[in-house]
Amino acid sequence: MPEIAQDNSVGLVTPELVSFTTPLTLSCGRDLPQYDLMVETYGTLNTSRTNAVLICHALSGDHHAAGYHSQDDRKPGWWDTSIGPGKAIDTNRFFVVCLNNLGGCAGSTGPTSINPETGKLWGPDFPVVTVDDWVESQARLADHLGIKQWAAIVGGSLGGMQVLEWSIRYPDRLRNAVVIASAPKLSAQNIAFNEVARQAIMSDPDFHDGHYLDKGTLPASGLGLARMVGHITYLSDDAMKAKFGREMKDKHFNFDFGIEFQVESYLRYQGESFSKRFDANTYLLMTRVLDYYDPASRYNNNLVEALSHATAKFLVIAFTTDWRFSPERSEEIANALHTAQKEVSYLKVEAPQGHDAFLMDIPRYTAALTAWMEHVADESDALLTGSAI
Amino acid sequence: MRKDFEVISQWITPGSHILDLACGDGELLQLLQKNKHVQGYGLEINEGNILQCLKRRVNVIEQDIDKGLLNFADCSFDTVVMTSALQALHNPDKVLDEMLRVGKECIVTFPNFGHWRCRLYLSLKGRMPVSEFMPYSWYDTPNIHFCTFRDFEALCHNKRLRIVNRLVTDQQHQSNPLAQLMPNLFGEVAIYHLRPK
Repeated sequence: MPEIAQDNSVGLVTPELVSFTTPLTLSCGRDLPQYDLMVETYGTLNTSRTNAVLICHALSGDHHAAGYHSQDDRKPGWWDTSIGPGKAIDTNRFFVVCLNNLGGCAGSTGPTSINPETGKLWGPDFPVVTVDDWVESQARLADHLGIKQWAAIVGGSLGGMQVLEWSIRYPDRLRNAVVIASAPKLSAQNIAFNEVARQAIMSDPDFHDGHYLDKGTLPASGLGLARMVGHITYLSDDAMKAKFGREMKDKHFNFDFGIEFQVESYLRYQGESFSKRFDANTYLLMTRVLDYYDPASRYNNNLVEALSHATAKFLVIAFTTDWRFSPERSEEIANALHTAQKEVSYLKVEAPQGHDAFLMDIPRYTAALTAWMEHVADESDALLTGSAI
Repeated sequence: MRKDFEVISQWITPGSHILDLACGDGELLQLLQKNKHVQGYGLEINEGNILQCLKRRVNVIEQDIDKGLLNFADCSFDTVVMTSALQALHNPDKVLDEMLRVGKECIVTFPNFGHWRCRLYLSLKGRMPVSEFMPYSWYDTPNIHFCTFRDFEALCHNKRLRIVNRLVTDQQHQSNPLAQLMPNLFGEVAIYHLRPK
C-alpha cells in the first residue's frame, strides 16, 4: 500500500462473505438454493440507515472498489479515484457497499464455486444469470444489511444497467441513481464484440466445454484473446494513438509475426495478466448478462414506459470518445427519463480515454459527481431520525 | 431577485412543466422550483454553468439548442423559457419555432439593439457599439444575431405568434416611463410572452 495514498484512502479493507439460504429463482427458471456474496463496505452506516450507497461493478469488476487488502498491495480497488474520505463518494458521509455479483469469480457464488448438490465445481453448469437476478440478490443483501432505501446506487457501464434496473424494479428503494457510460441495451455491434470474445474462449483447446478446472487446465490464450478484443473497445482511437502510435519494439522490422509494435506488446500483456486473475466461464456469463439486458422489452419496447415508475433522481454521464457505449446511448436513457418527466441531469464529458474514462479522475467528471453526491449526503443527513432539519 | 426573473416568475403557472433553454447557472429554475413548484429541465452547454446547476440541485441537460430540440416531443412543456440567449444563437428563428413546438407557450428575453445609445454610438463613432453590457468587439462577440424590438415583433408577426405580454426594462431590469412610451428607442431589455395564434 503506497504511503502517499493514506490520507484520502479508505486504507486497509477486509471483504466479508455473506451467505444466503433462501432459494433465489433466476430469470432462466432455475433455483439457486443457496449462495454467497463477497461484500466490501467503507464508511459507517448512520443510526437511521439513510446514508447507504451501493456501487455496482462492470464486466470484470468485483467487490474491491476502494482501499487495499494488504500493505503489499500496489494497486487500490477499481474505483479508488472516486471512493474515499473527502472524495466524490465521500466515505466520511456515506456507508458504501460493493459486492461481487453472482456468477463472479472473486468470492461470490459462481462457476468456480462448489455446487452443493453435486459436491463438484459448478463450472459451465452455473446458471446464466441476468441483471434482474443481480438486482434481486442485491436487494436481499440490502435486507441483510438493514437498508430499506439506498441514498444512491451508482454504476458505470454494466454497473449502470444494474442502477437502471433497480430504479425500475424497486423504485422505492433508492433516492438517487447515477448511470455512467452505460446504455439501455446492447447494440448489434456490442453483441458482436461479445460473441468474438466468447468464441475466442470456447475455441481454446484447453476450454474443454468449460470443464477446464476439472482437467487441470486453463483456456488462458482464449481468455487473453477475449480480453484483448474487449480492451480495444474500452480505449479510443485517440487514446491508443497517444499511448502507442506506431512505436516499435525494435528499431527495425523483423519480417515475422512476433511483437513488432508496442501496442501489440501492451495488448498481449493485458490479455495474459487478465487470464491469470479471471475465470473464463465467468467471462462468458458476464458477456451474456450484458447481451440480455433490455428493460424496455418488458414494456412494449418502450423505455419511457419502462422508466415511468422510477422515482429516483438521475444523473447520467457519458464521455465523448467512448464508442463502446457512446454518448448517444446515454442520451437514450436521459431522453426517456425527461420524456417520462423524471428528475434527470445529463453530462457529456470531453475525455480522450474512451469507455475507460468512467474509471478515471477526469476533473470535470469528478467535480460533477462530487457536487451531485454532496446533495445526496445532505439529504441523507436530513432524513436522520431526530434531525433538526 | 433579478427583475427579469421576477417578471418571468409572475407569468409562470404554479406546478407547471418548464424547459429553460440556455439556463445558465440554474438561478431561474431554482427560483421557479422554490416559488412556483415547477418541474423541469435546463439546457446548457457551458461546463461551468452546468456544474453550478448541479450544485443548485437543478436538472440540467447538456445540449446545444442551436441543433434543435428533436429529443423533446411536441407540446411536452407548459412553458419554454429562454433568457438573454436569442442573440447568441446561430438560428434564432428556428429555435423560436422549436420553443413553440415543444411548449404551449414561451417566454423570451433579449437586449434591444435599437436602443438610442446603440444608435448614437454607431452614427457618431461609425463603429459597432461596445458598452458595459456589450463589452465585445464585433469579431469576438458571442452575440451574433442582434435585433431591435421592432425586428423581433416583425418576426413574431411572420410566424403568426401572439404577443401575450411584453415588458421593457433597462439593463438593471428596472422599468422607466420613457421606455414604456418609446420602447424601441429607450428600452434596453425586453421580456416577451408568446403563444401561437
